[in-house]
Amino acid sequence: MEIIIEFISSLLMMLPPAGKEFFVAVSDATCSAIRDAEIRLPPDVVAAIREAARNETGDIARKELGHILENIALAGRLGVPICQDTGVPVVYLTIPPAVPVTTDLLEAVAEGVRKATREIPLRPNAVLPLERVNSGDNTGPGMPAVHIRPGKRMEVTVLPKGAGAENMSRLAMFLPTEQDRIPRFVAETMLIAGGRPCPPVVLGVGIGGTFDGVAALAKEALLEPIDTMAPFEQELCDAVNALGIGPMGLGGKTTALAVKVKTASCHTASLPVAVNVQCWAARRATREVIW
Amino acid sequence: MSPVHLKTPLSREVLDLRAGDQVTLSGTVYTARDEAHLRMMEDGIPFDPEGAAVYHCGPVISGSRIIAAGPTTSARLNRLTGFLLDAGVRALIGKGGMSSQVADQLSGRGVYLALTGGCAVLAASRMTLRGVYYEDLGMAEAIWIVELDRLPLVVGIDSHGGDLFGAVAREANLQFDRRYTI
Repeated sequence: MEIIIEFISSLLMMLPPAGKEFFVAVSDATCSAIRDAEIRLPPDVVAAIREAARNETGDIARKELGHILENIALAGRLGVPICQDTGVPVVYLTIPPAVPVTTDLLEAVAEGVRKATREIPLRPNAVLPLERVNSGDNTGPGMPAVHIRPGKRMEVTVLPKGAGAENMSRLAMFLPTEQDRIPRFVAETMLIAGGRPCPPVVLGVGIGGTFDGVAALAKEALLEPIDTMAPFEQELCDAVNALGIGPMGLGGKTTALAVKVKTASCHTASLPVAVNVQCWAARRATREVIW
Repeated sequence: MSPVHLKTPLSREVLDLRAGDQVTLSGTVYTARDEAHLRMMEDGIPFDPEGAAVYHCGPVISGSRIIAAGPTTSARLNRLTGFLLDAGVRALIGKGGMSSQVADQLSGRGVYLALTGGCAVLAASRMTLRGVYYEDLGMAEAIWIVELDRLPLVVGIDSHGGDLFGAVAREANLQFDRRYTI
């Protein structure tokens, strides 16, 4: 029986989605994912902050992490955003074969962002870059930033990105022979940033690809759970924590909760490296779109 | 160590504080970010600056309620702060610390108080909204008049040249050079 239902539903999923219903399903899933991300941090992030609080020995560092944990609990209890910088919407859409990528689809995501801005509410952060005119609803040309990838099920993943940490992010085009400069570049990024990006941070590191692609890789690395690190990621994390910048730049053992790396093939003459800095409020959430 | 309780308007008592001291602050503060600083430089300060505290923050406001109001990165205001201290402002509240130039300007006059970045709900739970200036600048950039009830803070920069952020940054530079400079 179950097999039959699964078969029928998989047949239904192969049909192209119908207009209005599909539009509403996408915008509702987007809004719901944003709400979840803004109010509740993923469990792996909360666990990492708790662990950091246990490890710190300094009075100020412990107190800063204590405030953060208190704030996380309070936001969950009251159902309000963790941070007043509710960020700009970065959206990853997983698209199954039956769903055509159209301007309507992107408009449905934008509508979800507008709804989230009104209902949660979010701080309207999106402005035109030179005129600095605020749209009032967190959308505008190129905003939300939408990344599309193929998949079996239709899913919306959101990563609301605050400016304090985003502003500290860096990109370098190294020579192929300069691999040993990567740990230095990652540590230097936090050395320059200091307390400004709200440490303890998570660093998304992109290595390889192209000039534009490596920044996207660095951001995608921030979608990975932070409860495990590969040896190279741990090495980078240790290099950052050796700086002693600590929670909020007030000194301590934990400057980075984790470093996550994503790689892609690159030109034989290039070695692009990007570091996307994420504050302790490493917000991300995923919703399946069902219509 | 139990925190020192402060209340606005602040007096010379802030001159006794040292970087690293823990304090709580009550009374009226004024939020201000980049645009508000620029407007105040042009049009004059709309509140009484004597003993005032300026909070680097762009809150989320819903009706008359402060929903989320954590600190913004203070370093963006490094070059826009001198006129406030000249006018009698005694405390700057924010996150991430400020430049050595601001530390010099605070000398003998006031303090920089650090609030845990991102702790917007914790901060809002200690706040009541009293009014607004420059609402046309938008929610994030307007000056919101906020009543505080014992907001927990750390003295980041004191009025004697003590700078906790500066000390941590110097040590971080030392560690970096030790590891990567040949």
